[in-house]
Amino acid sequence: MSDNDSVKKGLEAYDAGVAKAIAKFPERKKAFVTGSKSPVKRLYTPLDDAGRDYARDVGFPGEYPYTRGVQNTMYRGRFWTMRQYAGFSTAEESNKRYKFLLEQGTTGLSVAFDLPTQIGYDSDHALSQGEVGKVGVAIDSLADMEILFDGIPLDKVSTSMTINAPASVLLAMYIAVAEKQGVTPDKLNGTIQNDILKEYVARGTYIFPPSPSMRLITDIFAYCSKEVPAWNTISISGYHIREAGSTASQEVAFTIADGIAYVDAAIKAGLDVDDFAPRLSFFFNAHNDLFEEVAKFRAARRVWAKVMKERFGAKSPKSLSLRFHTQTAGSTLTAQQPDNNIVRVAIQTLAAVLGGTQSLHTNSKDEALALPTEDSVRIALRTQQIVAYESGAAETIDPLAGSYYVESMTDRIQKEAEAYIATIDGLGGAVKAIEKGYVQQEIQDAAYAYQMDVESGERVVVGVNKFQIEEGSPKGLLRVDPIVGEMQAAKLKELRAKRDNEAVEKTLAALKAGAEGDANLMPLILDAVKAYATLGEICDVLRAEFGEYQQKVIL
Amino acid sequence: MERTIRVLVAKPGLDGHDRGAKVIARALRDAGMEVIYTGLRQTPEQIVSAAVQEDVDVVAMSILSGAHNHLFPRVTELLKEKGVDDMLVIGGGVIPDDDIPGLKAAGIAAVFTPGSPTGDIIEFIKKNLKRKA
Repeated sequence: MSDNDSVKKGLEAYDAGVAKAIAKFPERKKAFVTGSKSPVKRLYTPLDDAGRDYARDVGFPGEYPYTRGVQNTMYRGRFWTMRQYAGFSTAEESNKRYKFLLEQGTTGLSVAFDLPTQIGYDSDHALSQGEVGKVGVAIDSLADMEILFDGIPLDKVSTSMTINAPASVLLAMYIAVAEKQGVTPDKLNGTIQNDILKEYVARGTYIFPPSPSMRLITDIFAYCSKEVPAWNTISISGYHIREAGSTASQEVAFTIADGIAYVDAAIKAGLDVDDFAPRLSFFFNAHNDLFEEVAKFRAARRVWAKVMKERFGAKSPKSLSLRFHTQTAGSTLTAQQPDNNIVRVAIQTLAAVLGGTQSLHTNSKDEALALPTEDSVRIALRTQQIVAYESGAAETIDPLAGSYYVESMTDRIQKEAEAYIATIDGLGGAVKAIEKGYVQQEIQDAAYAYQMDVESGERVVVGVNKFQIEEGSPKGLLRVDPIVGEMQAAKLKELRAKRDNEAVEKTLAALKAGAEGDANLMPLILDAVKAYATLGEICDVLRAEFGEYQQKVIL
Repeated sequence: MERTIRVLVAKPGLDGHDRGAKVIARALRDAGMEVIYTGLRQTPEQIVSAAVQEDVDVVAMSILSGAHNHLFPRVTELLKEKGVDDMLVIGGGVIPDDDIPGLKAAGIAAVFTPGSPTGDIIEFIKKNLKRKA
């Protein structure tokens, strides 16, 4: 009798026993599903391993197809980077928060910009009113950036910047600040998000239409591969796709489809895949369904490795390996009984670590209500430190490998993601699929289904639709002083009076000429930034040249 | 026969979080209302002009960026300037409890915060319409 035969026999006997048991005591539910509504069997056994080849499909850490992780020692070498996304109000206030975080043991910075900055408007623009300094720090010019990183040695920290449409401008400012500190661009470590496609479908901070946006992105790839070689030139993001309501498989699929579009664009622009692909990085969400999330991270690595090898013929192992940042799921945080969020974040942290993340942001318990206070940020960071130092989860690599359940779910997510990618290919690729509204519609359908499940009680959210209590108003929330808008406007007025306006005009004219032609725009933007042209002025030049994206509204 | 309730679901300001707005738009539609969704990045002026042009019964706005104290009252102010006094204006999003009395004083009839079931919003609209159905 082969092993499988004996398992089959055992399973039959087990099933017979179960049938008897549930005739008397029915199970809690008729159908069990994951957080993403995929069916979950009662039991997984070696029979679920059929068709999987260990060497081909699972393999070893640091080796193709990277299912088990991208480095060969993973967290035994060093822990993931503990990187807390932060920024609010003015550069001065945010600089203080960064120094606080560094003192508390974060190992990398992550800058949150306010909406006007992310959409390329100066703080004194009419559309900026009421938004300045609210969801992040307001940056109008190099002068603000100098304050933001004052006293923080840029050759010692790595900095991630959540900036997309105007990513070139903020990266240029970072390079310019570093130069003033005596740090050359080749010493800089960090990431710009620079992922415009997910802005169109899920996050909303787009400026330009797809085609010039793709040009700005590939210009950055080309520039950085020579000048800022250790910089992660893009963080291809599933995070916001998931936050918008997608399932785990959709998160993997749409992110990798976007990745394919960027690689295609760069190759079309004449770059060699192994010159830029090693600096592509990813960003995923960590939700509450622990095992499904771990499987998702494993599947994402495998899908990307296959795409890069088979579709693009990449050779460098660094081009094949999907390195990613994770953030715990903001959309799972509840405004009700907010202390419970600490527990949710802990589970999500464990998912990210068991899934082999390279860096992690943990959300704070009060983020369904406001920006986090220092105290709640500390708890969020401590959660990572407890998982790192006390849980044992980081002591061996990919500890859930070989779990019948997790391996089977890894296969399922891979299969579902590949099917979606094939559909998107059929529509003409990610850009076309987004223009047609396909991706948006898929995400919205999943979001609506989720909400209906919560409202019917089919899906329990503790404290929201079950185990509710009477609560008073939460106390001690962080508030951004509305005066920030006026402060930034005053700073801008002073800047425009003090700087060499002739030099500004000259660099902006050069940028305009560059945008009309096909020059790489990075060096031109860097010149403008160094002359203290403002973010709004630079983006206005590009807006005039490129036009603005008109959102496809889908319900 | 009852008249169909017309709702403008709007995203004022620069905020890109529209999961909530879209879920609510769809729930209102499933509840038999006629829903127009503005899409992102609407100025108060654009929202008011769309509301007047579409002759809606309800304006439902969503903000998660913290700009509600600035943008919500601008909309009610502009409606007043246009002499519109029979539209029900409601709001939702990440809005601290402390801000709600001020928004209500400014003419926002109700503020729905995270975790609000769509059923509550539907019921509120039906009960509080200013124009008789």
